[in-house]
Amino acid sequence: MEMLYSIVIGILAASGVWLVLRPRTFQVLLGLTLLSYAVNLFIFGMGRLVEHKAPVLAGAGPVDPALYADPVPQALVLTAIVISFATTALFLVVLIALRGLTGTDHVDGREPTE
Amino acid sequence: MNSLLQHLLVLPILVPLLCAAGMLFIPESRRGVRVTLALSSALIQLLIAFTLLYLTSDAAHFIWPEGVGVYAIGNWAAPFGIVLVVDRLSAVMLTLVAIVAFATLIYAVARWDRPGQPFHSLFQLITMGLNGAFLTGDLFNLFVFFEVLLAASYGLVLRGAGPERIKFGMHYIVVNLVASLLFLIGVALIYGVAGTLNMADLAGRAAALSGEDRALFDSGAAILGVAFLVKAGTWPLNFWLPGAYSSTHAPVGSIFALMTKVGLYSILRVGTILGEDETLAAALLYLGLATLIAATIAILASKHLARLVSFSVMVSMGILLAAFGLRIETLTGPIIFYMIVSVLTTSTFFMLTGMTDRTRITDPPGMPDDGPVSAAPVYMSYGVKQPSVSHEDEEVGVAIPAVMAFLGLMFVSCTLLVVGLPPMPGFVAKFALLSGALRESAGDSSVLSWVFIAAVVLSGFATLIALSRVGMRLFWSVAARTTPRLRVLEAAPVALLVALCLALGVAAGPVARYLDETARSLHKPDTYVRTVLAARSPPAEEAK
Repeated sequence: MEMLYSIVIGILAASGVWLVLRPRTFQVLLGLTLLSYAVNLFIFGMGRLVEHKAPVLAGAGPVDPALYADPVPQALVLTAIVISFATTALFLVVLIALRGLTGTDHVDGREPTE
Repeated sequence: MNSLLQHLLVLPILVPLLCAAGMLFIPESRRGVRVTLALSSALIQLLIAFTLLYLTSDAAHFIWPEGVGVYAIGNWAAPFGIVLVVDRLSAVMLTLVAIVAFATLIYAVARWDRPGQPFHSLFQLITMGLNGAFLTGDLFNLFVFFEVLLAASYGLVLRGAGPERIKFGMHYIVVNLVASLLFLIGVALIYGVAGTLNMADLAGRAAALSGEDRALFDSGAAILGVAFLVKAGTWPLNFWLPGAYSSTHAPVGSIFALMTKVGLYSILRVGTILGEDETLAAALLYLGLATLIAATIAILASKHLARLVSFSVMVSMGILLAAFGLRIETLTGPIIFYMIVSVLTTSTFFMLTGMTDRTRITDPPGMPDDGPVSAAPVYMSYGVKQPSVSHEDEEVGVAIPAVMAFLGLMFVSCTLLVVGLPPMPGFVAKFALLSGALRESAGDSSVLSWVFIAAVVLSGFATLIALSRVGMRLFWSVAARTTPRLRVLEAAPVALLVALCLALGVAAGPVARYLDETARSLHKPDTYVRTVLAARSPPAEEAK
């Protein structure tokens, strides 16, 4: 599972980086989205991949932490998702504003002269 | 009393947050109420910052005996809960934020907070983000507060629209979003290896790591460092900075003067807590020197004042990073001193730029107009009717006499500050940096010390040349220029900040001693670590 997981993150991150470096604003937006997916999965993976384990301790008294999943990365990833979602939405607004003001979707606001 | 004072620590975050939220419920037409609310929030923050500065100093031992205050949010003990920590460095930075924010707000009230643009809420949120970043005790909350201040800054950067501003704003947003993702990767790696994100807890755990874990931890810290360096505007990562800073409104640029310093603060804080490292220091030194040299060349090439000031921000960052990279402990005090001076200077300079811009008859091509007229296509693309903007408040208020003389005097003061000539504190700060580097230049790193000294002196010289050129064109050119009408409200904060700088120059002795003490506590993080991890007893029960 770890192998598959890391390959998925790798593909997402690589596509994201490639798209962020493209000259069109919409490609940059998609690139940022893919990159943030990759990062979110990565944070989640840092809590170790486990199956069939609850992230919260049940009951009182001494417990064996090995029986539970790490809840902290799950909390972190939730925060990170919300933040990247909000900033991406903001970026979308800027994208439309730039398109409206300059009439082009190039990131520099003008078409490159050949 | 003491238990109440404990809660002082969370106020620098709460006050601007509540003020920003409350601002949403006050209609635009009641400008007086909005301005009063914003100004009183800034004033409260200023008072709190001064109190914290006093409480963490040696003078007050009754509440935080070791000068480190800890506030456990929700009363959860340190490594598991979230803590806010104030020590001397945090208190100094909070005071700096409060002073700059207060001055900028007064300046902004005079002309820049036009209706239809949510200036005040965003401004309060940016100060909240700054305060939070300086107070937080764990890495993930550092990220959260970075995002708070960045999100607010995205809004401020785009204020007033205009193609140029939107373009640079977009570059700024993309670069900072990518940097935030890097930040997250670094944080996740560190958590995956060390199992904690609390900075005090990390200090102990990082030292215990070895082998593969150590390598992973170091790479996580390095990725984190890259994210900080992007925010700090270090050379190969800083191409977003001059465009974004010079194309914004003057008050926005003024508060942005603080934002690069957040990156530096994070490097100082995390770097000293995780223990000093030779590779890190060498990287900082070379990157700092590269930033310094690149910015010096750029300063000589720039013609417009706002761009020039943006590059002088880079010069100061270069000096600070390189000085930190020299790994001389006695240099940390002067580094903080120089940082304070450079924040006050650039902030003043950006405000001054807003005023001198109005002396021009024709704007050079490419510089955005202040007017909201150019925002029309945006409204069109949304299918929304553009709100009409009233200009009735354009020329209200008391104008000050002898405008050109005032502007000239302020310009000269700022030049002296940036270049580092007496009697301004820029001179004292640079002198302390250079003499510290000279004293240690007998050691192994003597060549690097000399390179540093030469680069600092040369950059000062280049700045002087560039600023004199701009100054001559601004004030002495024969071409007819309009003399702008300046209001007292606009002129006062600029004069106030310059006067404050002068006072810093006069009182350089005590200030430098205080900052040296700050630096010493920064280099001995044991107290910080011990106090944070020991803060388990809830303050409420203590009082009983």
